[in-house]
Amino acid sequence: MDYIKKIFNSSSLLVPLVSILLGLLTGAIVMWFGGYDPIAAYSSLVSRLFSSPYNMGEAVRSITPLIFTGIAVAFAFRTGLFNIGVEGQFMMGMTGATLVGVLLDLPWFIHAPLAVVTGAVFGGLWAAIAGYLKAARGVNEVISAIMLNWIALFLSNFIVVKFLVMEGQQKSHPIKESAMLKIDWLVQALNSARMHWGTLVAIVCIVLFYIILWRTKIGYEMRAVGLNPEAAHYAGMNVKSTMVKSMFISGVFAGLGGVFEMLGVFGYQTVMAATWGYGFDGIAVALLGGNTPIGVFLGAILFGGLNYGSAGMSFGADVPPEVVRIVIGSIIFFVASHGIVKWILKPFLRKRANNRKEAA
Amino acid sequence: MEFLNILGQLINITLVFSTALIFTALGGLFSERSGVVNIGLEGLMVSGAFAAAVATDYAIQAGMTESAPWIGLMAAAIYGLIFSLLHAVSTITFRADQTVVGVVINIFSLGMAIYLTRSLYHGSSQTTTLQHVFTKVNIPYLSDIPLIGNALFRAYPTTYIAIAIAVISYFVLFRTPFGLRLRAVGEHPSSADTVGISVTKYRYIGVMLSGLLSGLGGATITLTTTSNFAHNTISGQGFIAIAAVIFGKWNPMGVVGAAMFFGFSQALRNFAQLFEFSKQIPTEFFYMLPYVLTLLVLVTGVGRGSAPSALGQPYDPARR
Repeated sequence: MDYIKKIFNSSSLLVPLVSILLGLLTGAIVMWFGGYDPIAAYSSLVSRLFSSPYNMGEAVRSITPLIFTGIAVAFAFRTGLFNIGVEGQFMMGMTGATLVGVLLDLPWFIHAPLAVVTGAVFGGLWAAIAGYLKAARGVNEVISAIMLNWIALFLSNFIVVKFLVMEGQQKSHPIKESAMLKIDWLVQALNSARMHWGTLVAIVCIVLFYIILWRTKIGYEMRAVGLNPEAAHYAGMNVKSTMVKSMFISGVFAGLGGVFEMLGVFGYQTVMAATWGYGFDGIAVALLGGNTPIGVFLGAILFGGLNYGSAGMSFGADVPPEVVRIVIGSIIFFVASHGIVKWILKPFLRKRANNRKEAA
Repeated sequence: MEFLNILGQLINITLVFSTALIFTALGGLFSERSGVVNIGLEGLMVSGAFAAAVATDYAIQAGMTESAPWIGLMAAAIYGLIFSLLHAVSTITFRADQTVVGVVINIFSLGMAIYLTRSLYHGSSQTTTLQHVFTKVNIPYLSDIPLIGNALFRAYPTTYIAIAIAVISYFVLFRTPFGLRLRAVGEHPSSADTVGISVTKYRYIGVMLSGLLSGLGGATITLTTTSNFAHNTISGQGFIAIAAVIFGKWNPMGVVGAAMFFGFSQALRNFAQLFEFSKQIPTEFFYMLPYVLTLLVLVTGVGRGSAPSALGQPYDPARR
């Protein structure tokens, strides 16, 4: 309970909230300079999100992968690792799920779970490579993960082209119905918004994130290693294997994100020129959420909503939707350099402190 | 003879592809040598590619057709430098996490470039195709040498500039007091501080040089390869440049070698169908090559010890 109280104390909330405001303000200034109407733009963004059952469903759809990648990044952060490779692990998750979904023919109660597990393990192992290289060879996980991201992209493309491709097209055969994880009745109820079980799994994963890190022995060890590897080693923990395990779990979360984009949303995999960026947005989500379960959830809702609502800006206010990327970039810029936020807030905070002094 | 001709063309295209990598990787080198990791090279290249496309277009419209690409190149350098200031202010002055800010630069630059493109070109997500970009120049006499002449001395002006900057970088880094101080700040900032070298100043310079050079790198791609800017004009070259810095062991000459080698692997992809040995190799493997090789270098520990010791650590004078 103390932990939950800690999340909601004022100082930990102040920086993210002010950063969000500053980010939206930056976006508004950019729009104003471009000769657009920021208020009309933001209101059409929000109104798109709530305009119809279809749009609400699709907004949830675009929030879901960010929950996965957000927890993946946050989990690694908590264990002292910067998993910038979520992007690649997401791709490997997609590829694992598509492989099983396209090539195998099984009854649904085996096929779908097998596809999910395969994708998750693909993601986990891909992350474990970076973890292993750090543990065994001392390679900085950020650099190795950046390389692994691109290798994952081209490896996935290779697998799609070599084993799964539909003749003359740049995409795989459709994933078999038995592996798909759409929620059919909900899809129908929301005018064919692409709803899938992944959203539910994402919420379960948030809970798992909390339970693993704060309610299990292994999670305690992971956090201890993250806080102080030398002390953890002195206390008899196996630092290296803990590192690999943390990366594996982080990668499983990332992989699951990719799995459900395939099994829940698209149903086929394309040959891609670049990765989707969910992994990098996951870094944004985790940072904004302070690497806490609830924070990640709220962060994913904010960024997923912004991303999905951005299309409304071009319809409603004729504003280029990319302005949302500027907003997201600036929010994280301010969260990361919280020194700037505190510097901006200084006059206000000093005033408040003075008032308090006078009152006393 | 046929084979030699193809080889000549291959070398020529290698030079085209590696030029942008050389610029950007040298930028990354200056930043990392001063102790600041710059994951944002990709975003800075995007900024440069965008600024070059727009400035060149406007210069052509203003009637300065001949000098337009040069104006584009200058604009790209300045625009890249401005974006790198975001990185510098937050990571050096406010000691933010360098990797996070790098990711921010990537998200922010691409968003800004496409937003501005749509604003300036009536909703289109790419700029108009430029009517006048750089053309290859022949170096007098040298380009007449059979085989070698065509391969090496018929190139875009940017290629010669890149190689000149590489040579200058080497001298600046290893033969001038400025270079010594920049390296000192990346190796042991507190010692540097003790002897009166401003860590903040040299790190700012390092990061700003990375913005300037990455801007030139991005501009090179617009002005020699694509002739316009779109969301996919830069796709991964910034990350290959990061790989080149590591593969080249943080040394300008090594970095140029690495950039050329990675450029060669890209060029080879275009010629893969012409050779028996390369026909069998899927094109994806050519794309992967720079990353796999860099990973191998990291794993085998060949590059260990060459990385600046204080790389990635914000300098806090209160904690030395």
